[in-house]
Amino acid sequence: MANKVHSCASAALEGILFDGMSVMSGGFGLCGIPENLIAAIHAAGVKDLSVVSNNCGVDGFGLGILLDARQIAKMTSSYVGENKEFERQYLDGELELEFNPQGTLAERIRAGGAGIPGFYTKTGVGTLIAEGKDHKDFDGETYILETGLTADLAIVKAWKADTEGNLVFRKTARNFNPMMATAGRITVAEVEEIVEPGELDPDHIHTPGIFVQRLIKGDHEKRIEQRTVRSREEA
Amino acid sequence: MAETQKGWDRNQMAARAAQELQDGFYVNLGIGIPTLVANYIPEGVSVTLQSENGMLGMGPFPYDDEVDPDLINAGKQTITELDTSSYFSSADSFAMIRGGHIDLSILGAMEVAENGDLANWMIPGKMVKGMGGAMDLVAGVKRVVVIMDHVSKAGAPKLLKACTLPLTGTGVVDRIITGFGVFDITDGGLKVIELAPGVTLEDVKDATEASVVG
Repeated sequence: MANKVHSCASAALEGILFDGMSVMSGGFGLCGIPENLIAAIHAAGVKDLSVVSNNCGVDGFGLGILLDARQIAKMTSSYVGENKEFERQYLDGELELEFNPQGTLAERIRAGGAGIPGFYTKTGVGTLIAEGKDHKDFDGETYILETGLTADLAIVKAWKADTEGNLVFRKTARNFNPMMATAGRITVAEVEEIVEPGELDPDHIHTPGIFVQRLIKGDHEKRIEQRTVRSREEA
Repeated sequence: MAETQKGWDRNQMAARAAQELQDGFYVNLGIGIPTLVANYIPEGVSVTLQSENGMLGMGPFPYDDEVDPDLINAGKQTITELDTSSYFSSADSFAMIRGGHIDLSILGAMEVAENGDLANWMIPGKMVKGMGGAMDLVAGVKRVVVIMDHVSKAGAPKLLKACTLPLTGTGVVDRIITGFGVFDITDGGLKVIELAPGVTLEDVKDATEASVVG
């Protein structure tokens, strides 16, 4: 069996990257993003990327560093409000943007990874999102056709993996990562800890290793966007 | 002083919106004033808060030494878990939302039309942020309550005959809570359910472009 574990992010991406490729990147905000693999894509300098990710990082971190280096030609996202450089490039016409409702984006990726080319949803009916899409009525309600999404590469972040590539996520850092793992023609995962087979309970695996081709242990800054706390006096 | 006491402020609007919660409800709260609703959950009412990034059973903000970067809400704020909490993927999260399993969504708005159309995600040429989960929420959740300012900062009506901004959903709003009161979308127009202290029906009609039914 091929060894999936690589020494570092750059090694894990060796021979995969090319200009104009499509990349799915897991995470919600800065939570659960594959920050080591994003940095390696930045260092590799590939450009004209078509990136699918719920958000586009913040200025100077996460996918924001690819944006700053003008490596992204198109983003498919549901929300990009945390990123001034994104807004500037988009309003100046330098960056193509496709907004997808968050649930539609998640389901498009799930469908793509599951071999389903399209599905009908009521999300977005009667809005800009529905323009040009096939409409169909089911039981008297109108739905629009959305297509499944796949990508040349999916990069995901998990908490733990075993050497087979079985993944376990942690808390809300799971988000888009499991679906993206299924939808990449090649999926590379970065995790906080790699354990030996048998150390993860098979019943507790979130993403089976068949969806993960390459694997690294990363170092994670885990930057927080909105640090909100309460004081013990209030309680 | 009488002028400033007229109507509800942000917190009073959130407190009024909390009266919409029923025991046992699964609820999704939007970003902004809707988030404040969690501070006013009535005694004896137990609700489960869903966060569309992948959590059921949201707990309060953490103490300083409990902050966990892997645990945030849909507004990217750090939060905590409860004994009853569960985590899941974005696909499962929106299966709950789109599949009609969430009882109530409370969210903000820029404009609402008298037929229940909602606009809250985009100002063409100006605001490029995206709809996030709003389109899925209004399409799938059983009941949609909007909390919003009754008029713009310039005093222009935001409850309209027809929305001027790009829509989030058509005919999706059930109830609107503003600083002026509580209004339901009905076939005849906006029906006044409750007026905030000091607000008259005439005040509402003057500040509303949509048809108002007393």
